[in-house]
Amino acid sequence: MATAAAPAAAREVHIAVRGLTMAYGDFVVQRDLDFEIRRGEIFVIMGDSGCGKSTLLRHMIGLRRPAKGRVFYAERSFWDAEPSERERLMRRFGVLYQSGALWSSMTLAENVALPLEQYTDLGPEEAREVASLKLALVGLAGFEDFYPSEISGGMQKRAGLARAMALDPEVLFFDEPSAGLDPISSRRLDDLILELRGSLGATIVVVTHELASIFTIADNSVFLDAELRTQTAQGPPRELRDSSTVPKVRTFLRRGEA
Amino acid sequence: MPAAELSLETRGDVAVVRLAGIWRIGAGLPQAARVWEDAGAAGVRRLAFDASGVTEWDSGLLTFLRRLARDCADRRIEADRSGLPEGVRRLLALAEAVPEKETARGGPPAPFLARVGGQAMEALAGTREFTAFLGESALAGARLVRGRARFPVAEFMLVLQECGANALPIVSLVSFLVGLILAFMGAIQLRQFGAQIYVADLVGIGMARDMGAIMVGVVMAGRTGAAFAAQLGTMTVNEEIDALRTMGISPMEYLVLPRMLALMLMMPLLTLYSDVLGILGGMFVGVSGLDLGAMQYLEQTRAALSLRHFAAGLFKGSVYGVIVALAGCLRGMQCGRSAAAVGTATTSAVVMSIVLIIVSCGVITVLYDVLGI
Repeated sequence: MATAAAPAAAREVHIAVRGLTMAYGDFVVQRDLDFEIRRGEIFVIMGDSGCGKSTLLRHMIGLRRPAKGRVFYAERSFWDAEPSERERLMRRFGVLYQSGALWSSMTLAENVALPLEQYTDLGPEEAREVASLKLALVGLAGFEDFYPSEISGGMQKRAGLARAMALDPEVLFFDEPSAGLDPISSRRLDDLILELRGSLGATIVVVTHELASIFTIADNSVFLDAELRTQTAQGPPRELRDSSTVPKVRTFLRRGEA
Repeated sequence: MPAAELSLETRGDVAVVRLAGIWRIGAGLPQAARVWEDAGAAGVRRLAFDASGVTEWDSGLLTFLRRLARDCADRRIEADRSGLPEGVRRLLALAEAVPEKETARGGPPAPFLARVGGQAMEALAGTREFTAFLGESALAGARLVRGRARFPVAEFMLVLQECGANALPIVSLVSFLVGLILAFMGAIQLRQFGAQIYVADLVGIGMARDMGAIMVGVVMAGRTGAAFAAQLGTMTVNEEIDALRTMGISPMEYLVLPRMLALMLMMPLLTLYSDVLGILGGMFVGVSGLDLGAMQYLEQTRAALSLRHFAAGLFKGSVYGVIVALAGCLRGMQCGRSAAAVGTATTSAVVMSIVLIIVSCGVITVLYDVLGI
C-alpha cells in the first residue's frame, strides 16, 4: 500500500517495457513490444487467443527471461539487476494466477500468511491477523480455516487475490481474472479491482480478453496481434474502439462488428 | 525514521487516539490493548481518531484499527473514524462489508466420536469401492474376451513397454543383489558343515519359489503402480476421465484394462528374468568366495530345481501383478480433485500394493504347503 495520500496528478512511469522480444527457442511469440504503465493505473494487456498475453505477463513478473529488450520498474531494469535485487523487486509484485493457484494442502489463512511469515518478522499470531484482514478485504471473512477445495471457483480466485495482496504490493498482476467465472462474480471481481486501486493506490496490470471487463476497469491498454506478432495499438480502450486506425483492433473491441 | 507513535487524550467521555509516524508492518507497531490501558476505560463512550501525523501506512495500521474496532464493539464504545485517512476508511469499510451468503462445504472439526465413526464408515466404503472396482474390471475383461470392448492397442503397447522393457535395468540390479545377499547369508551357515555347494540349492529354490516374484512385485509397486495412480489421478483432476465418460468411452476399458493386462502379462516374464539374475548373483558369490566352479554351481542348481518351483513362483508373480495394477488403477480413479490428492493416491497405491503382496504371499505359501506343491 502506498503512502498516505498518493496525489493522482503525480503519475510517473512505474513499469516500462522497452523493445521486448519474447521467444520459445527459435519461435518468436511477440517482438518489439514497447509501452509504459503509470503509477496507480489499471493497465490491460489484450489480444486474441494465443497472441502471447500470458507469456508477456510471465516476462514481466520474472518467470521468463526476454529474448531481447528490457523491463523497467521505476527506471530499474529488472533483468539486468543482481539476483538478490530481482528477488527484492519481485516481492513488491502480487500475482493472481489464472486458476488462483492456491496451495491445496493449506487453509486459506495459511496460504495468505505464508509470504508474511517468510518475508516479515511477524509472529504466527500477527501474520494470521493480517491474513484475516486480507481475506475480509476480498469478502472472505470467516473462511480462514477452509481448504481451497472446500470453496467455489470464484471464492478461490478471491482468496488468490488476498494472497497476492499479502505483502502490500506496489504492483498487482491479474492473469485472466474473469476466466471461469460467471458474469456476476466476474463483475464483482472488477468492482473489487477498482476499489482496491482507489484505496491502495497500487498499479494494476490485467491480462484479459473480456470486453465488458476491459471497458469497466481499464485506464490504458495495449493490443497484441497474434498474426503480426507485435503490438498494433496502445491507448485507452474506449478511444481505440472509436477511433483506432487499425481495423483489427476496432473489430476486436466491437466484438467482430467492424 | 520516526517510528509509529500512539497517544491518547481524554476529554470527558470522548477519547481521542492520536496516531503519528510510520505505520508499516514490521516497524514495531504498538498493541491495540495499550489504548485500553491508557483510556482507563471508565467513562469513555466514544473513540475518535486523529491520524494527521501518519506519514506512511500499510496493512499494519489496518490490522491495528481492526482489532481496536473489535474491542470497541465488545465494550459498546462508539468509534468515530472521520479522523482517519480516506484510503484507510474505505479499506476498513470493504473489510467489514458483510460477505454474501456463500455455499461452502467443511466447517468446524467434528467431535472425537463422530470422527471415529466417520473413519469406520470410510473404511467400509473403501472396501465396498474396492470390491466394486474388482467387479467392474472383471466385467470389462469379460467384454474384451467376447470382443465387445473397445481396446486401445496403441495405449496397451505403450504401457507394455513402460512396465516391461523399461523396468529391466532396475529389476536386474535388484535381483542380482538379492541373489548375492541370499548366497552370502547361506554361505555363512553352510560353511560350518563344509556344505558350501548347497548355496546353489538355497539361492535357486529361494529365487524361483519366492524371492524373484516378491522383489519384482515390490519394484513394480514402487515403479509402475505409483505411475498408474499418478497418471489416472492427474487425469481425474483434469476432468479427463469425465471427458471419456461423457463420450461414452468406459475408462475401465480404455485406461484400466490395458494397464492391468500389460502388468499381468509382464509380471511372469519379469519374474522369470529375476530368477535367472538372482541365480547369477548367487553364482558370483559361489565362484568368487566359496571356491566353487561355475559349471559345478550351475549343475547343482539344475539338479535342485524342477519346473514345479518355477511354476509356483510364476503363479505368485501373476497374482502380484494383478494386485499392483488393481491398487494403482483403483487409487488413481478414486483420486480427489487437488494436487495434494494425487500425492495421497500415489502413496496409498504403493502402500496398499506392498501390504497385499506380502499378505497374499503368506496365504499362497500356506496353500502350497497344504497342497504339497
